[in-house]
Amino acid sequence: MNAIQVSGVTVELDRVRVLHAVSCAVSSGGWLALIGPNGAGKTTLLRAVAGLLPHRGTIRVDQTDLGALRGRGRARLIAYLPQVPVLPPDLTVGEYVLLGRTPHLGYLSAPGRADRRKAAEASEWLDVARFAGRRLGSLSGGERQRVRLARALAQEPRVLLLDEPTSDLDIGHQQQVLELIDDLRHSRGVTVVSTLHDLTQASQYAGHLVLLAAGRVEAAGLPAAVLTEDLISRVYAARVTVTTDPAGHPVVTPRREPPAT
Amino acid sequence: MTGTRGRRLRPAWAYGVAAAFLVAATLVSALVGAADLNPLATITALADRIPFVHLPSSLSAVDRAVLFQIRLPRIVVGALVGGLLSVAGAGYQGVFRNPLVDSGMLGASAGAGLGATLAIVYLGGAGPSAVPVAAFAGSLAGVAIAYLSGAVGGSGTATLLLAGVAVGLFLTAVQTYVLQRSTQDLQQVYSWLLGSLSGATWQQAGEIAPYAAVSVAIVLLHGRQLDVLSVGDEEARALGTHPGRVRLIVVAACALAAASAVAVSGLIGFVGIVVPHVVRRLAGPSYRLVLPLSLLTGAGFLVLADTLARTVVSPAELPIGVVTALVGSPVFVWILRSTAAVRT
Repeated sequence: MNAIQVSGVTVELDRVRVLHAVSCAVSSGGWLALIGPNGAGKTTLLRAVAGLLPHRGTIRVDQTDLGALRGRGRARLIAYLPQVPVLPPDLTVGEYVLLGRTPHLGYLSAPGRADRRKAAEASEWLDVARFAGRRLGSLSGGERQRVRLARALAQEPRVLLLDEPTSDLDIGHQQQVLELIDDLRHSRGVTVVSTLHDLTQASQYAGHLVLLAAGRVEAAGLPAAVLTEDLISRVYAARVTVTTDPAGHPVVTPRREPPAT
Repeated sequence: MTGTRGRRLRPAWAYGVAAAFLVAATLVSALVGAADLNPLATITALADRIPFVHLPSSLSAVDRAVLFQIRLPRIVVGALVGGLLSVAGAGYQGVFRNPLVDSGMLGASAGAGLGATLAIVYLGGAGPSAVPVAAFAGSLAGVAIAYLSGAVGGSGTATLLLAGVAVGLFLTAVQTYVLQRSTQDLQQVYSWLLGSLSGATWQQAGEIAPYAAVSVAIVLLHGRQLDVLSVGDEEARALGTHPGRVRLIVVAACALAAASAVAVSGLIGFVGIVVPHVVRRLAGPSYRLVLPLSLLTGAGFLVLADTLARTVVSPAELPIGVVTALVGSPVFVWILRSTAAVRT
């Protein structure tokens, strides 16, 4: 069964059409990676799914039409982590993770014992509970991503939308964060939709790729079907070689032509 | 620098400290002044007024009148004004995610100033109640105009603040023009602008109490919503809240709080910046704590400032706006310097 079904989503920003009737779907507990050159509409699609942009077309989560849901109802199904977060530097990790319970609270009500327990569980799961008292301003890049994921997990969503979850991280921390996200969807059954710049990482972690170009779906399917030299060189205007790693995932390597002499 | 910079007080301790500060400020203010009141007799006379407490006090009838008809109403009005300005400042700071926003921004002070000036210049014969009413209405109108002008350009916080600056400058220009045409009222307007609690009465306290209660209750109830706003509009919306709606409600309540304070005290600056900032340093940035603690601390701070204002150059009085600015300006610079240090 599809956890997310995006059908004919069209978005206009400042009267410019940024997405043209985009459709895609991912099954429950799957990981869909949106790839494509800068300005292709990846972030716009994520924001539309998160309910942050007016759009045409329908988006369903577990058969529920999101158009029929209001803010809180939608936020109980979907957690969204933008690429560049606002992290109040003096807020503590514990206070920040607890904000994830917001969609489950009434307008004026305070978080109760159950909410604190769920926030604490999420913090344990992402191994950030041991520094719950630290200020957000004091965290390293890797710690920051784990704390943000803990807040998203405390939200208990069905779907996790991640915009470039590995930007600003070194290669080791990129892999750590991607493994954590993978664990999350396996152990909690959370469906993941993320944008990813690194095509090899997209092929290694996401089971399903959607290649966007100029607001349209250029290709979609298994990594091996989407990540071809021909398609990448055409859509990205890039020179690449595609090989296969021992596990069978396509590996995209940039190639430089020897300079003409 | 380690990650755990700035140890915080536990919430219960923070409430205890803030409440003790307010009680201490009240006692100091009740005991200090031109008439020399016996401390023990004064405290027993005050305690005697607490329901179900009956204590005989040796305070003379004259001293009793000084305490209950002069000093106490002034303390109560001062505490109300200080608490209102501090809560309004903290609320605006949450709404705009900016610790340097004051309760007088968004055209509130300029509107009150224009309202009071118009009342003094053109309604001089309308009795003493015209000025507070005009200041109250002017303050609310200033914020309303700033909000409506800012909301047209989108609901961004920077747009709203800039609109507030523009509206403030415009209203101040009108006020300056009116004043320049009627220089005979200059001194009266000027002394109002600098703020004073010298005319405080029980009646004044009773008149602003309902507005104070409603506005403070609304702002305090929105502490958690302001905490959610602190992660930015985009993520606050993704968490299922409505930043624009929260902003409108909190701005309206803060405007009412600040207008009630201005009506009885004139313009008193800096309280709304300094008090919430000190509270944040002690108790952390969560508005669920910052708002109620600012209420208590702001009340105590203004009672102390007013005690200074009426005793330092006794029998004359310093304008209380001058006292708070003398304390506030250095602290303001300290805020600027310490926030700059954090960013580097």
